[in-house]
Amino acid sequence: MSKTPSKSQRVAPLLPPDSGRDRPLFAVAAILVFLACLSAFGAAGAWRAADGWTDQLTAEITVQILPGEDRDADADAVAAAEAIARLPGVEGVTALDRAEAERLVSPWLGTADLPEDLPVPRLVAVQVNADNPPATGAIEALLADEPYEILVDDHQRWEDAVQRAANAVRYFALGLVLLLTVAAAAVVAFAARASLAARWDVAEALHLVGAQDRYITGLFQERFFFLGLKSGLTGSIAAALAALGLAQAGAASGGLFFVPTLELGWSALAIPPLAALIAALIAALAARTAVSSDLKARWS
Amino acid sequence: MSSHPNDPAPSAPAFETAVRFDSVGMRYGRGPEVLSDLSFELPSGSFHFLTGPSGAGKSSLLRLIYRAERPSRGLINLFGRDASLLPREALPALRRRIGVVFQDFRLLDHLTVFDNVALPLRVAGQARSSYAEDVAELLAWVGLGERMDAFPSTLSGGEQQRAAIARAVISKPDLLIADEPTGNVDPEMARRLLRLFVELNRLGATILMATHDLTLVNSLKAPVLELSEGRLVGQARVA
Repeated sequence: MSKTPSKSQRVAPLLPPDSGRDRPLFAVAAILVFLACLSAFGAAGAWRAADGWTDQLTAEITVQILPGEDRDADADAVAAAEAIARLPGVEGVTALDRAEAERLVSPWLGTADLPEDLPVPRLVAVQVNADNPPATGAIEALLADEPYEILVDDHQRWEDAVQRAANAVRYFALGLVLLLTVAAAAVVAFAARASLAARWDVAEALHLVGAQDRYITGLFQERFFFLGLKSGLTGSIAAALAALGLAQAGAASGGLFFVPTLELGWSALAIPPLAALIAALIAALAARTAVSSDLKARWS
Repeated sequence: MSSHPNDPAPSAPAFETAVRFDSVGMRYGRGPEVLSDLSFELPSGSFHFLTGPSGAGKSSLLRLIYRAERPSRGLINLFGRDASLLPREALPALRRRIGVVFQDFRLLDHLTVFDNVALPLRVAGQARSSYAEDVAELLAWVGLGERMDAFPSTLSGGEQQRAAIARAVISKPDLLIADEPTGNVDPEMARRLLRLFVELNRLGATILMATHDLTLVNSLKAPVLELSEGRLVGQARVA
């Protein structure tokens, strides 16, 4: 009687190698993670941009100097800027001359030479400390005795609209990430069920020799965790490269409106590894849930 | 009746009934009853044959015992417990007490013969080092000592059947049920396998063996449960 145990000392995996069966799932999951990551990058960029929009609005006041008869509006603008700069809470002022003002109104009036006598208002851009801005009405009071008229725009009327737009962009991007996450979970759960159906012989054999459900689900869960991790890494690295390309294209375009720009902070670096880990956890959880419910349904 | 070296253990006082059926009926889905009014008892440590023509319900009866199916009526008692009241969580522990030899073997293609046979021990959490010698010894005993690293697809039908038997008995179950366990082996191997079952029975296991092979049935002085059209038509002792 032979007493020699099996030559192979390696403990064979109880689930057979996938032999290509899981490749379509890998591709679909990687694509979903790619799209989810791009959405996450978009959300991060939109969040950052939206913060920038509102910060810009609250940190800047525009003063219009209305040209009066027989007055040098450019000189009035410079004088107003110098006076405003001395107010507490003001961090900087920029007086825009006529050429600059004409450039700003060019989208409405065109770039052709405007008549010399056209009263183009001059603008003074005032950068204020957003936490400690000048008191309301301080600029009007300061320039009340000057021989020119002014209009002060503290952007309050824009702020709510911009805030709403920024929130819409943020929540749209977050919603997209959420939808893609749910879609990925559904796809993986479906694939886990298909995988279990294809390898029901293994589950049945294990069950009949006394394996607990958690032992069987653990096998599928482990397989799908690593499948999710591989798909997640592939999809998120591809998305990171795409986002990098987009950010570089945006930066190189010099702000051309048809080239999308993406500005990401350092926190965006956490998105790819986090996405891969989340993909792996979702895959594992979806597989566990699907296999567990199938086992319960078949072996009541 | 003269004593035979292969005869199962003389009936020892049973402290526990391994299997008891009381008026059991079973149907698949909404189909007709495939088993009707089955009442019998397998005392612990007994050896029974289960015979009957194809389609009589032998495999269905075995499936009820290892709880692959539930009865549509009646009571099944396994090791002193009402099987229908067993919570799902208790099934793995129950199944570890039952070794099953399937007619279609149910070996896993991607595992070697060694790993297939070791499966119940591995699932029970034993380390490879603790069972490697036992598995090798059993495989040698069933004539597969040289094939333990082979995959099932490279084995003959008889070899696969012996591997399936080895898997069913490796964990020394309290109850061994076998569906045509000698159907694909030559007469000499059939006798050898029967000796293995008898040896397990002597060690205390309850055996229920479904078979068509009357020569095999006649070689032992063991009670016979005979099924016909889903009903128990005889509980005879074959001489």
